[in-house]
Amino acid sequence: MSDNDVMLSVEGLKTYFFTDKGIVPAVDDISFAVGAGKVLGIVGESGCGKSMTALSILRLIPTPPGRIVAGNILFAGKNLLDLSVKQMHSIRGNEISMIFQEPMTSLNPVYTVGKQVMEVLRLHQNLHKEAARAKAIEMFNLVGIPEAEKRIDTYPHQLSGGLRQRVMIAMALSCRPKLLIADEPTTALDVTVQAQILRLMKNLQDEIDSSIILITHDLGVIAEMCDDVLVMYTGRIMEQADVYSLFENPLHPYTKGLLQSIPNLHKDNESLYNIKGLVPNLLNLADGCKFHPRCEFVQDICIEKEPELFEVTKGHFVRCWKYMG
Amino acid sequence: MALKFKLQKKDSGMKKKKQALKKAQESFLQDLFRAFRKNKLAVLGGVIVILFLIMAIFAPFIVPHDPYAVEIDLQFYEPSSKYLIGTDMFGRDILSRIIYGSRISLIIGLIPTLISMIVGTVLGMIAGYYGGKIDYFIMRLADIVLAFPSLLLSMVVMYTLGASLLNIFIALSVVGWARTARVVRSQTLSLKEKEFVEGARAIGVSKQVILLRHIFPNCVPSLLVLFTLGIPEAIMSEASLSFLGVGAQPPTPSWGLMVYRGKEFIFSAPWVAITPGIAILIIVLAFNFLGDGLRDAMDPYMKQ
Amino acid sequence: MGRYIVKRILGAIPILIGVSLILFILLNIVPGDPVALMMKEHISSDVVARVRAQMHLDDPGYVRYFRFLWNALHGDFGMSYKLNRPVASLLLNAFPNTLMLALAAAIFSWIVGIPAGIISVVKKYSFIDYFFMGFALFGVSMPVFWSGLIMQYIFSLKLGWLPAAGFYSPICIIMPAIVLGWSSAGVIARLTRSSLLEVMGNDYIRTARAKGLTEAAVLVHHALKNSFLPVVTIMAIQVASLLSGAVITESIFGVPGIGRIAVNAIQDRDMPLLQGAVLFATFLVIIGNLAADILYSYIDPRIKYD
Repeated sequence: MSDNDVMLSVEGLKTYFFTDKGIVPAVDDISFAVGAGKVLGIVGESGCGKSMTALSILRLIPTPPGRIVAGNILFAGKNLLDLSVKQMHSIRGNEISMIFQEPMTSLNPVYTVGKQVMEVLRLHQNLHKEAARAKAIEMFNLVGIPEAEKRIDTYPHQLSGGLRQRVMIAMALSCRPKLLIADEPTTALDVTVQAQILRLMKNLQDEIDSSIILITHDLGVIAEMCDDVLVMYTGRIMEQADVYSLFENPLHPYTKGLLQSIPNLHKDNESLYNIKGLVPNLLNLADGCKFHPRCEFVQDICIEKEPELFEVTKGHFVRCWKYMG
Repeated sequence: MALKFKLQKKDSGMKKKKQALKKAQESFLQDLFRAFRKNKLAVLGGVIVILFLIMAIFAPFIVPHDPYAVEIDLQFYEPSSKYLIGTDMFGRDILSRIIYGSRISLIIGLIPTLISMIVGTVLGMIAGYYGGKIDYFIMRLADIVLAFPSLLLSMVVMYTLGASLLNIFIALSVVGWARTARVVRSQTLSLKEKEFVEGARAIGVSKQVILLRHIFPNCVPSLLVLFTLGIPEAIMSEASLSFLGVGAQPPTPSWGLMVYRGKEFIFSAPWVAITPGIAILIIVLAFNFLGDGLRDAMDPYMKQ
Repeated sequence: MGRYIVKRILGAIPILIGVSLILFILLNIVPGDPVALMMKEHISSDVVARVRAQMHLDDPGYVRYFRFLWNALHGDFGMSYKLNRPVASLLLNAFPNTLMLALAAAIFSWIVGIPAGIISVVKKYSFIDYFFMGFALFGVSMPVFWSGLIMQYIFSLKLGWLPAAGFYSPICIIMPAIVLGWSSAGVIARLTRSSLLEVMGNDYIRTARAKGLTEAAVLVHHALKNSFLPVVTIMAIQVASLLSGAVITESIFGVPGIGRIAVNAIQDRDMPLLQGAVLFATFLVIIGNLAADILYSYIDPRIKYD
């Protein structure tokens, strides 16, 4: 990936939460890049730091207790962490926008959905009311909301979850962002609606030509949507590869576990594979490899020392002692 | 699509669960204590409340003078080393009267609040758990009681029963139960749907036992907060009733009554009316700090 | 919408009936003969009996209650024992004074309480926040009758700025309104802060931030409207607490309002007057609750009107 193909690059990002009980390293030394027009997937169990990575990019970490303690976030030649608060406002919703997991609660209940979409347009494109309304209707049509002229004046509670998520997408895409961050955009939706929303996002990405960071715990979604994948665990990257390498040749025991726990329709699996154990508490992480308490292949060195990210084949990184050297 | 997977391993064995529960309880208390200790005002409130309790219990041993001794020669002595905050229109030592008055405030703060909490909890649990007509009846009764401006309702009760300290207990209990009942009812309603209650019901545990063993303990945190915040309200109500002349009667050293009796002399001997008011302010403030701190400390648990 | 309002009004009727019934029971089981009290001594027992009959005091309780209810519905609350004038006209004369006092106090409490709550959230966990919230709790904990005396002492005696008591010019309302509004201001400041903080934790606030709105715009456009819901509720509850407080404030400052009527009625053992005053005050509280419900439904589109 050459430099001018890169839309966003994150280097050594650390986001910590300073709580009463101690420091929680929600994101711990993460580096990755998103190519222009590409889709990067971030996958992991809940609590692995994927949402916090996304919020860090937009500098929306709740402070206090959270704070970005180190790293660079380079976007279109600028380090977002060096920008003033005012400059950040002109980037959010405009050049980088975000879709959240819960369409039920992510829209303000006391305003019509149209007003909430128009708000972005008026803010970033200086449109006056009528123009913003026309543009909002256009966006509603684009994201496939039927009867857009009518729906625009409804309140969020009058719409279904799928329609609300379409509103969120319309809102996020209305300024044609260079980067769209989608945090579990389909998790809260019905299965059939999930597929529609994903297809919509894929189509719109081609049309608007933006890069996407897609955060999910669902490897099926990753397989369908993404070009590159990060597997995160306890705030760290465990494995990083393009989507084909990851699915054909998963290296990290954690990635393998995730893949095996997908129900396969073509095999008669009696029971679903579970990775043993639970996501550890970030307050008292184990020494050595953070995954070793749940790992089937644990060796002495795993307990003593945390592995680095080893590049096994070109562009395929893994944080596991099995692949050292 | 929707290839969701869950990475969970179910624990097995009761022993393990019990240990986990015990640990959870311990850490609950620890968290509570930590959150509480962090709130300096709440700690201050707690210290003042403890001092207040000591003052009330040991009043006879710490008063410098007899709070009831009338000495007409000593009328309106200004604060001095002998009478630290002066004397009133009958030459009684105000400090001693304030110290004795703390006993009244303590009793008024605790007993009617406790009575109205017990009544409110029982009625609230019944309304929430049994539902139907009895729920409707209890809740309408609560609505009716809450529609009255509380001071006016207690004034009416005092009018009927006659002005005395004992009747204040009754008046404040009559007024106070309704809010507790509402809170407990809504908690019971949500607890009723919880798995552990449904489970108990499924294995045939009787309603009374469910209410007592499963619902009540879960209401305790909010009841504790309601209780702590109910005390200053009761103290304030007693003071107000006594100030209006329908509460404690002379020569009882009730703080509200002392302000009432002293207010005629506000321009000539302001300390007579002002100092008992400061006592009310301090103790009410202390209980409010304490109650606020408790509520904030328990907030995450009450939301669960 | 119209149907919702009608439904709410109909729902208030059983409460009103319950209030009147409880009040009637409380006041009519009082021992002591009101007629004897009214006539003082030296009255022959058959005169007392005749007056009792005239006043229908010998009828069974439920007959008397229904007569009381029927008359009350027609605006007749009986005659004051002491003043020998219709209770209704006494209350109507006093009502504007109480209304003016309560309104001035309420406005004072909003002007002080709402901005204090908002500033506390903007500067949360700062010195200003702690200062305002400490002050608010102070306001809540201060006995109204005591702060009234202090105000009289300072502003009337020491400074001579304001009249100590009486109700003859608009300037007279300043002190009682501040005293009465003070504790409400504390309640409102605390509530504004807590509800605003809660709203600020909602997902849609994060959405608003992600849109690129400034923190001020997030607060004003997205948080305030939502956080006013509980504040509107408190405004309704405020009616009750303001009326309770008015009882005391009116006594201290000599405001001829409903509250002072109630206190005097107790001292004079003037049952019809007390009954009328309490019923009227409670009626105001119920009206306040209704108004809040209706206002609520205007602010929050999620409330269904059926």
